[in-house]
Amino acid sequence: MAGGGSVSSKYLIIGNSAGAVGAIEAIRQVDPDGLLTVISDEGYAPYSRPLIAEFLAGTRTLDQMLYRTSDFYQKKGVVPILDAKVDRLDLEARQVWFADKKRFPEPLGYEKLLLATGGLPFVPPTEGGDKRNIFTFITLRDAVTIKTKIGDVNKVLVIGGGLIGICVSEALVKLGKRVTVVELLDRVLNVNLDKAGSELYRKRLESRGVTVITKDSVERFVGKASDQSRVGGAILKSGNRLDCDMAIVAIGVRPRLDLVKGTAVKVNRGIAVDRHMETSVKGVYACGDVAEAYDFVWDEDRLSPIWPNAYLGGRFAGQNMAGKTTEYMGSTGMTSFTYFDLPVVSAGMNALPSEDVGRAGKVTDEECSRYEVLMKTAKDGFYRKLIIRDGRIKGFIMVNDIAGAGILTDLMRDRVDVRPFREALMSEELGLAHLPKEMLPARLRGDH
Amino acid sequence: MGCGLCEVWCVVAHSRSKDIIKAFKEERPRPLTRIKVHSVKPTSFGLQCRFCDEPLCVAACLTGAMHYNDEGVSEHDAEKCIGCGTCILFCPFGAIQVDRKRGHVVAKCDLCAEEGEPACVAHCPNRALYIEVDEDEDEPEDKAKKKEVP
Repeated sequence: MAGGGSVSSKYLIIGNSAGAVGAIEAIRQVDPDGLLTVISDEGYAPYSRPLIAEFLAGTRTLDQMLYRTSDFYQKKGVVPILDAKVDRLDLEARQVWFADKKRFPEPLGYEKLLLATGGLPFVPPTEGGDKRNIFTFITLRDAVTIKTKIGDVNKVLVIGGGLIGICVSEALVKLGKRVTVVELLDRVLNVNLDKAGSELYRKRLESRGVTVITKDSVERFVGKASDQSRVGGAILKSGNRLDCDMAIVAIGVRPRLDLVKGTAVKVNRGIAVDRHMETSVKGVYACGDVAEAYDFVWDEDRLSPIWPNAYLGGRFAGQNMAGKTTEYMGSTGMTSFTYFDLPVVSAGMNALPSEDVGRAGKVTDEECSRYEVLMKTAKDGFYRKLIIRDGRIKGFIMVNDIAGAGILTDLMRDRVDVRPFREALMSEELGLAHLPKEMLPARLRGDH
Repeated sequence: MGCGLCEVWCVVAHSRSKDIIKAFKEERPRPLTRIKVHSVKPTSFGLQCRFCDEPLCVAACLTGAMHYNDEGVSEHDAEKCIGCGTCILFCPFGAIQVDRKRGHVVAKCDLCAEEGEPACVAHCPNRALYIEVDEDEDEPEDKAKKKEVP
């Protein structure tokens, strides 16, 4: 594509992960022929990011991580420009400039642009943080790097007890490493689980040999006695010292906003988009970890950096880019995982707003009185929690029995008043038959 | 009438032997049924994948195991599945089963793609299950829809 300043793509997507694939599949359903270009600073075909832990553990090869078939771009008539970084958007001229001016001296034009640039790992500046063997764990590149260094590593310090931290811990345990997780807040997986659910996970982690430290954080990294340039441990805020041969920083991701900085694209915490996934600049769309899209639990635009939401947002962006006007129904933070063989789903709120660290004391009594919480434990580690506000599901947790979880998601999305049958929703092996009979025909047809 | 024969024949259809006795008595782990009979007396119905036009399971899937096949219909590739359950969290029908015995895999209806007619339809004694083709679509896409049996 290099050379010729007049080169223009009808559709241009920056990024080649879930959001981009969602958009490509949607665009091609509407417009089979329009020139479609994908630019990514990664050098791979779209791969499944959640599988990088399996790659590290050695249970999947690179080929087995592909998110779509290896001929996906070819089949969809996509021109991929990989290993290439865009460093400037010219929104008025509708063109993008590449960082590598030797390889791409000319900009690339577009009619419709999708920003699917994802997130970057958040790494707080820490004394000694520049030592060797300190990594993040977001991309395949991270996993490849860690894999090449893991051989002579015994102890690994994982900083952050969220999804990424727990997921990399599982891979490290499979590799026979001794893992310590340090979490700043009072519990692991605090975004996903309430105290009771998190406690189940902590026990499972510990039973698999993982040391879990909560309410603490890394003050500074220290070097190895034999080699100060290589990480040998960390001093925690509590004053405790932990030894390690490698550290993985898994605190979270932040929207990758560098491209839109200083442009007319409106940014809150992420790029603001409407229900068509269009930004404040006409013809420019955004989706995935970089975008702040509609969340039906909180009834506001929010970041929800999870894989399915990236694909969904991309899909709606793609439809609208190609001229098929659709409205994104929204999503919310929701996850399902089986790390350390403990199946869990969680969606929306996992605790009352009054229990939320950030909002404690700020929630009025009137607001609190609108909530009802149902909790149930049963044999085989069954745990379920349903959070209801004014009769509408605002969140739920299911541990060990996740059957029918999507039925709850659907009721939550549709804001159905579940008060008349809320107890039935706590049933084991949940199915549509647990809903009131009069609701069934519409639910079975899927039109409601 | 909730006889459950659709579940039985679904297991047979997804067994290695395709033999009812061997599928139930010998094959371990036993194949998972992809259709489930739900009973709300006096009504009962068999529920399997509804083959949504906008399948949320495909959108949700972390690995690409749930994908559109060449006809644009949702399909599950067990080889790519890690059994994370994200599709289950998104499927509004509860039509995807977890296959715990086989480790980390889920299972959903494939319309017996290899057999021709879905086994549940072929063996339903009351013809409560039948195949309905969406007329407004060009694709030769059969959709096993259930009929409620009073």
